[in-house]
Amino acid sequence: MVDHVLDRPLAEAKPVPATLGRWVQLRQAMAAYALCTPAVVLMIALLVGPILAVMALSLTDYQLGAKSLAFIGLENYVEMFGERVFWISLTNTMIYVALVVPGSVLLGLGVALLIEAGDSGKTFYRAVFFLPVMATLIAMAIVWEFMLHPQFGLVNLLLKLVGMTPQNWLTDGDLALYVLATIGIWQAVGFNMVLFLAGIVSIPRFLYDAAEMDGVPSAWERFRLVTWPMLGPVTLFVVVITSIRSFQVFDTVHVLTKGGPNKATEVLLYTMYAEGFEFFRSGYAAAITVVFLAFVLLLTVVKTQLIDKKVHYQ
Amino acid sequence: MAGIDIDGITKNFGRTEVLRRVDLDIRAGEFMTLVGPSGCGKSTLLRIVAGLELQSSGSVRIADTPVDSLRPRDRDLAMVFQSYALYPHLTVGENIAVPLRMRQLKGHQRWPYLGALMPGARDIERAIAAEVGSVADMLDIGHLLARKPGQLSGGQRQRVALGRAMVRHPKAFLMDEPLSNLDAKLRVHMRAEIAQLHRRLGTTFIYVTHDQSEAMTMSDRIAVMMDGAILQVAAPDTVYNDPTDIRVAEFIGSPKINVLPAMVRADGSLAVEDSIIAVEAGAAPGEPVTLAFRPEHALLADPEQAALRGRIAHVENLGSDILVHVRVGESGQPPLVVRTAPNGHRHEIGEKTGIDLSSRLPLLFGRDGKRIGVASARQREAAHG
Ligand SMILES: Nc1ncnc2c1ncn2[C@@H]1O[C@H](COP(=O)(O)OP(=O)(O)OP(=O)(O)O)[C@@H](O)[C@H]1O
Ligand SMILES: [Mg+2]
Repeated sequence: MVDHVLDRPLAEAKPVPATLGRWVQLRQAMAAYALCTPAVVLMIALLVGPILAVMALSLTDYQLGAKSLAFIGLENYVEMFGERVFWISLTNTMIYVALVVPGSVLLGLGVALLIEAGDSGKTFYRAVFFLPVMATLIAMAIVWEFMLHPQFGLVNLLLKLVGMTPQNWLTDGDLALYVLATIGIWQAVGFNMVLFLAGIVSIPRFLYDAAEMDGVPSAWERFRLVTWPMLGPVTLFVVVITSIRSFQVFDTVHVLTKGGPNKATEVLLYTMYAEGFEFFRSGYAAAITVVFLAFVLLLTVVKTQLIDKKVHYQ
Repeated sequence: MAGIDIDGITKNFGRTEVLRRVDLDIRAGEFMTLVGPSGCGKSTLLRIVAGLELQSSGSVRIADTPVDSLRPRDRDLAMVFQSYALYPHLTVGENIAVPLRMRQLKGHQRWPYLGALMPGARDIERAIAAEVGSVADMLDIGHLLARKPGQLSGGQRQRVALGRAMVRHPKAFLMDEPLSNLDAKLRVHMRAEIAQLHRRLGTTFIYVTHDQSEAMTMSDRIAVMMDGAILQVAAPDTVYNDPTDIRVAEFIGSPKINVLPAMVRADGSLAVEDSIIAVEAGAAPGEPVTLAFRPEHALLADPEQAALRGRIAHVENLGSDILVHVRVGESGQPPLVVRTAPNGHRHEIGEKTGIDLSSRLPLLFGRDGKRIGVASARQREAAHG
């Protein structure tokens, strides 16, 4: 069929008598579908397929390596919603996101503004703040582990030096999650800064000239009149990306706390990992994954449906 | 309304000197146009007056007060930018209101949402809205107040930019090529509108353009700039008919003024091509000069009796006028252009013709490009008795 369509180049398609019109239209439609097919097939196989597979898996009692599986309906979900660990995990993830997103977005914006306002050393500052993004988080997590060590960690040594009480940063249930969030912010600031820098550079200079002529009284008013609104699309993108990435927090938890102490740093992806790859309960882990995907999807929908219209000024 | 004195302004960007000792006195209420080719420093001068750029030396006075240490905000000027520079996230009404809100409202009264609840804010906002409304009506954009700039045509955006400049009744308006993003027809229309606006407001305007026809049609006076210096400041008529520098003569006027190399002879007359033009040039004999005349100051004539002879190379019929391009002599110079009225005579390409210059004294420029005096030969004869 494809051959048949292709053997008649488009240029030949001349105006046809009305009776032939329908036939030509049909052929064009068929050609269009034929041309879409490879892309659609790949998309289903690589993007939609795995998600559907996970959804299907979450409705079974499959165990990793098992020879058989049975359909058990929503039992995994019922179990999940009844389990304390899941709710702790979900709450922790939420707290983590609620800290890391505003923290890294505001700091990223602040750093970008400061770098752009300065005259010299722009490249240097950019590179320095971008370092944590380029370094593998697993490796950096080990560095953090050294720094936060209760006895000989740099942080506690410094605290002692200025006469403050050292802390058990990673083993204190009240502190551990906030320490992880701090590391999360530290890691995300550089990435957000780069995005904000790109946004700031693309704001037309003449808008600042206009603001100056219109009499903005202070740098803050100038920021509110020009910079902040013009950064709207970038900010939205940064917030969504940072939210999704913080939802995915895993590496630091795995290296530094293993979800402990006493589930204080248990987060969604870590719970999923433990269930799926330590207890081999693949069906149950799939159910957690579906919940995770639902959140990510929700964020994306909020972005496209609600906010996109407000930050692109057309 | 205030006069603006620009006094010995220089500006260097690194090692390049962009403005060299520019002096310009702009009278209160005057429409002054800065005109010159691209890159000559017009925008830079305007931005220095506005306070957006700092001069390397010299000073600017507005209404006899030095403003060199004042921020743009405190100079009480308004500017219209080539790119309009409207805030894309604000509606037309909000855009026009910005200069008023920035000056009349206190910081806390400008807070989003809460600001309106602050004591006194509502009255001020109401006054601002009324002001915005009246300016918008004056510019015929009253029906667009709720739109975003992205939903406007170029001409409408231009008006909004004008409105934002007008709303505050500043001491002077600065405009940097405000019409160059419009199509040709709209440009001619807005030209008239801005000139009318100037008459109605009576405020000082400094208008920057590289388009000499804009400068000629709108201004009270024109300052012709080249390479960072002002060559001549005068009324459009004077700049056109009485240019002090060959570069001014060549820049102003369309079609361009005709120029020919000439030599001053012992009796003061001029040797041009193979003929002699009987005038008295105010230059030493033997000096090479440039002779220039406008297309409408010459006549096509019988080749035997005219000062210059050549062949018609090209004819442009403009309807009201005909521009006849005449190639004179064998040299590689561009043809001379003569503007004639359509009188039924068909000009054939290649036809032999003469150019008669006797109706008006030609302009003479020395080797340095400066104007040289010239008198008619008859005056000389009279003087010599
Ligand atoms: N920030 C800057 N740094 C270095 N050189 C500059 C800067 N701004 C302007 N220049 C130079 O100064 C000269 C004058 O610039 P200006 O913008 O004033 O020209 P202009 O007369 O307005 O030209 P146009 O008609 O093209 O707008 C130009 O040669 C330009 O390259
Ligand atoms: Mg310019």
